[in-house]
Amino acid sequence: MFDGILTITIFLPAVVALLTTLLVRGDKSDQYIRWISIGATVVTFILTAMVFFGYDRDASGIQMVDYFERWIPIDALRSSYVVGVDGLSAPLVLLTGILGMAAAFASWRIQHRVREYFLWLLLLQSAVLGVFTSLDLLLFFIFFEFELIPMYMLIAIWGSGRPRYSAMKFVLFTLAGGAFMLVAILALFVTPEVNTLAMVSIPELGIVGIPEIIAGADLVIPAALIFTFFFIAFAVKLPTFPVHSWLPDAHTDAPTAVSVMLAGVLLKMAGYGLLRINVGFFQETRGFTIHDVAGAMAVVAAISVVYGGIITVRQTDMKRLIAYSSVSHMGFVMLGVAAIGSSPADTSAGGLNGAALQMFTHGTITGLAFLMVGLSYDRTHTRHIPHLGGLWKKMPLIAIFFLIAGFGSLGLPALSGFVAEIMVFLGTFSVWPWATGVAAFGVVLAAGYTLWMVQRVFFGERPANPGLADDVYDGLTDASWVDMIPVIALAAPIFIVGIWPSVVTDVFDLGIQAVLR
Amino acid sequence: MVTEGLAWFIIALPIISMLVNGLLIRGFVGSESRYAGYLAVAAIGGSFVISLLTLFTVMGDGPIATEKRDWIAIGGLNLTFGLLIDQLTAIMLVVVSGVSLLVQIYGQAYMHGDKSYTRYFTYMSLFTASMLGLVLSRNLIQIFVFWELVGVSSYLLIGFWMDRPSAAAAAKKAFLMTRFGDFGFLLGILYLYSVDASYMDVVTLYHALEAHEIAASVATWVALGLFAGAVGKSAQFPLHSWLPDAMEGPTSVSALIHSATMVTAGVFLVARFFPLFEHSDIMTLVALVGGITAVFAATMGLVANDIKRVLAYSTVSQLGYMMLALGIGAYAPAIFHLFTHAFFKAALFLGAGSVHHASGTFNMNYMGGLKKYMPWTYWGMVISSLSLAGLFPFSGFWSKDEILGHATHVDGVGPVVLVLGLVAALMTAFYMFRAIFMTFHGEWKGGGDQEIEDAEKAGEPLPVGSTHSHFGESPWLMVGPIVLLSILAIFIGFLSNPTVEIAGINKHAFAHFVTEENHDVFPTHDAAVHAGASPEFNYVVAGISTVLAVAGIGLAYLMYMSKSISADSVANTFRPMYNLMFRKYHFDELYEDLVVRSIFYKYIADALRWFDEHWIDNTNVHLSNWVSRIGRSGTLIQNGQAQTYAVGMVIGVVAVIAGFLLWG
Repeated sequence: MFDGILTITIFLPAVVALLTTLLVRGDKSDQYIRWISIGATVVTFILTAMVFFGYDRDASGIQMVDYFERWIPIDALRSSYVVGVDGLSAPLVLLTGILGMAAAFASWRIQHRVREYFLWLLLLQSAVLGVFTSLDLLLFFIFFEFELIPMYMLIAIWGSGRPRYSAMKFVLFTLAGGAFMLVAILALFVTPEVNTLAMVSIPELGIVGIPEIIAGADLVIPAALIFTFFFIAFAVKLPTFPVHSWLPDAHTDAPTAVSVMLAGVLLKMAGYGLLRINVGFFQETRGFTIHDVAGAMAVVAAISVVYGGIITVRQTDMKRLIAYSSVSHMGFVMLGVAAIGSSPADTSAGGLNGAALQMFTHGTITGLAFLMVGLSYDRTHTRHIPHLGGLWKKMPLIAIFFLIAGFGSLGLPALSGFVAEIMVFLGTFSVWPWATGVAAFGVVLAAGYTLWMVQRVFFGERPANPGLADDVYDGLTDASWVDMIPVIALAAPIFIVGIWPSVVTDVFDLGIQAVLR
Repeated sequence: MVTEGLAWFIIALPIISMLVNGLLIRGFVGSESRYAGYLAVAAIGGSFVISLLTLFTVMGDGPIATEKRDWIAIGGLNLTFGLLIDQLTAIMLVVVSGVSLLVQIYGQAYMHGDKSYTRYFTYMSLFTASMLGLVLSRNLIQIFVFWELVGVSSYLLIGFWMDRPSAAAAAKKAFLMTRFGDFGFLLGILYLYSVDASYMDVVTLYHALEAHEIAASVATWVALGLFAGAVGKSAQFPLHSWLPDAMEGPTSVSALIHSATMVTAGVFLVARFFPLFEHSDIMTLVALVGGITAVFAATMGLVANDIKRVLAYSTVSQLGYMMLALGIGAYAPAIFHLFTHAFFKAALFLGAGSVHHASGTFNMNYMGGLKKYMPWTYWGMVISSLSLAGLFPFSGFWSKDEILGHATHVDGVGPVVLVLGLVAALMTAFYMFRAIFMTFHGEWKGGGDQEIEDAEKAGEPLPVGSTHSHFGESPWLMVGPIVLLSILAIFIGFLSNPTVEIAGINKHAFAHFVTEENHDVFPTHDAAVHAGASPEFNYVVAGISTVLAVAGIGLAYLMYMSKSISADSVANTFRPMYNLMFRKYHFDELYEDLVVRSIFYKYIADALRWFDEHWIDNTNVHLSNWVSRIGRSGTLIQNGQAQTYAVGMVIGVVAVIAGFLLWG
């Protein structure tokens, strides 16, 4: 079975990037590479939209499968190239398409080593698309780890502040988590009753996935340990308290487009992993079920939300502030996942759906926030909030869309963030009332830090001293039409999902129901 | 007559106005386009007409049948939305759209020449649409959605002139303090949802309450949560301190916030869930919070010098009256008071805007003698003040005395709130006429020009909103709404809810209307509501409150008109108390300096940040260094550059494969 569309979608950015890097030569090559790369992400976006809207909601299940048996020609390894989408991954593929395009457009001002920059950016997009579509654990792991290489390069070479330190920190954290994941994957694989790397069952291909066979298997190491190893890998990536400290550094020092990708889709790989693997595999294993630890997950989530929110309040760097707010907001994903602790298990679908939607909405909202900070930083050359003020007068468009991102982040109804948060709260409160109640305070904190930043940066007057130099302040201009393309691309889904959430939730639900069986 | 489909247009028209104004007119015609104002008036006028038709339909045939529709329908989660059009909704619709329409007309002149004219009408349309959506909602989540939209529109409007730091700060304060209450609201929703998800639908909830399916403890916790939201939104003690600062927006915005939208949302919420509140144990709490707020806010109104602040405190105080009424079970009088209050409070704020138009200031110390320049504004404000003070036969008299009369029938908390209500009535009469005398009588004290000059002399920052004064009545677009609203303030109270049958209007028509039973659409009201439905007019209470109101006006006359009592010497005699009131009981300092800056920032947030930087991050870095050391010692090719990680990965994969070849 080889449908083709997913394979083309995944590898199109990478192939275009490699070809342009090798073939485009000449004086104007930077300009050509820039627009060819942006064009490639636009085509990729169209392809991901085709995947999302082409997903047959009535048929549900795994669709658009590309299957190539034993892509590593070793029988014993039993690893296949198998990619496909279900309701859980289809919206995330679309999200990657949107953000990849936004990131490429947001990079059009890059002047430094353009050829390499776009190579790494497009490779990054391919890697993330691979993570969301891989249905084979080894393939999943390879894409999951491969993403580190472009990320390291992008932060270390095009970053600001302490780019090498932050890039290395990011890599080490993820690698450490990845090491645990590798052990977990191997432990599953070497268990005789399992001995497969298939993450889901695909009846048409005769593939029986781990979720179906793990219940009866006598695992080589305790299931609780395997669960924990996967959990550590994803908790670092999400990130959750207390392993979040790589995120503020990576975000603060990364270039705008990379922050957009990092917040928008890279963190979502962790939430996706939690749902696909931790929830999908461990509902019933010998001697362990995820229900046993759901309460602990809820507590960790609540701590992440409130702890992240409180620290966010005291940040003075715009990017660092949004980065810490991500810790808080990704806590909602974990909180939604903790709804799995309910009994009967099918009542947990509300919380899990909320977690899935929160990934989608956080991707667009925080992506937009980083984009707007980037546009502002391009002009003012500072992100230090006390040095800024009254920017609305100079750049109203940037201010308005920053405000929209802010409102999205504080959970304003009619924007998508509210829908996701209310779904998480409604779904989880009946299971973990105290943890959910504490986490709900995060929305008050979010209103606090968001409106504080808006007030200081865009409202009020230009601070007298110190602040922007006169020539900088007088020369401030609003966003141009090219700047606005990625802005609109991210703002549109925020409104659409906020008003008409079922366009995405109906699809997510198919995936969640399948994960819950 | 009005069907559900038509009723949707009540919300849709202002939303269309918002979108067209915000996207098309602002983008392509101009940010000062007159068309923005015309469109907003036309759209809200349309909403008003449909609202009136809806009211007549409900008066004739009872509540309009509506359906619930799916918003999110997935496994384990089903959220619906829809319209609920009962008597309460019908009245609120007319009040909100009617007052908003007049305010929009007023805005044509008041905002004329503002460089963000289009943005003003965009926000105003959103504000009106949100409030209309709120009163039409039949699902609790939907109510919360519009509730928050009301909050955000008021944020945008309070901070309308956002280049003023004080406006930006006031907007943030309003949003944050109401958000604080909304946290309780949200918890209430979550708890009710966890009890039974179908209770999100208000009609289903009403039926469940009637069938006694909901335990009193559940009702108590949920009602407590909703009440927290209402306290924030309606600026009740102790979350009251945002409202006086909300003056930073255009005065026409204040008129809308204080009369029909935003602050009445809290009272509406309690009224909407009145059956739930009745079933809970917090009715006494509601009554006491309302009663305390009524007096507490009035005391601050006694000493305020800014005319808009005086009005703001009177709003807080009157909202306290409404809460008090709901708390003692006087459902119909509470709605009645909300109804009459909307007209005279809107008239007063529009009048204050008109006064500012002429005098160039809001500070009453720089006004005086304006009566002869602006007679229409003067008489409009006097009539509205008399109505607010509760003097016979103005509309405020009827609604206020129904509340106080009801209190005499209530045991326990009744006498307490009766006294509180009477004290507030005395104070209200005093501060309103203090404002009237200081503004319109006596000698002219220089207005905005003088205020700016004094501020410059004292080296203080220039007062916000002070401009040159130019004497004369405001344009008819501004005066017209004031006159119309004050005419309503004269007789709407008696005509809609007469104590005897007159001219085809039944005795207590209003009260009977809002408490009618409707078993087809929703059944609710039991004994306590009926007690409010046919209130006995209590002549003793009415007599006492009238005497108190007259005394208040008389005292104001002696102190500020004939000056036979020196206001300064009174202030000096009660100096500590005067200062306490003047400083707003130090609530701003308590919240902003102590709670937020000292406790939260210093002892919680900064401490956690220190912990995060010195402990969490350090530990993390040590751990990752440790990982990297293992890596370094394990492989000689590891040199700290990331390219080598790729190599490492390849080696790793090869090793895995090799392992399986050997042992697999």
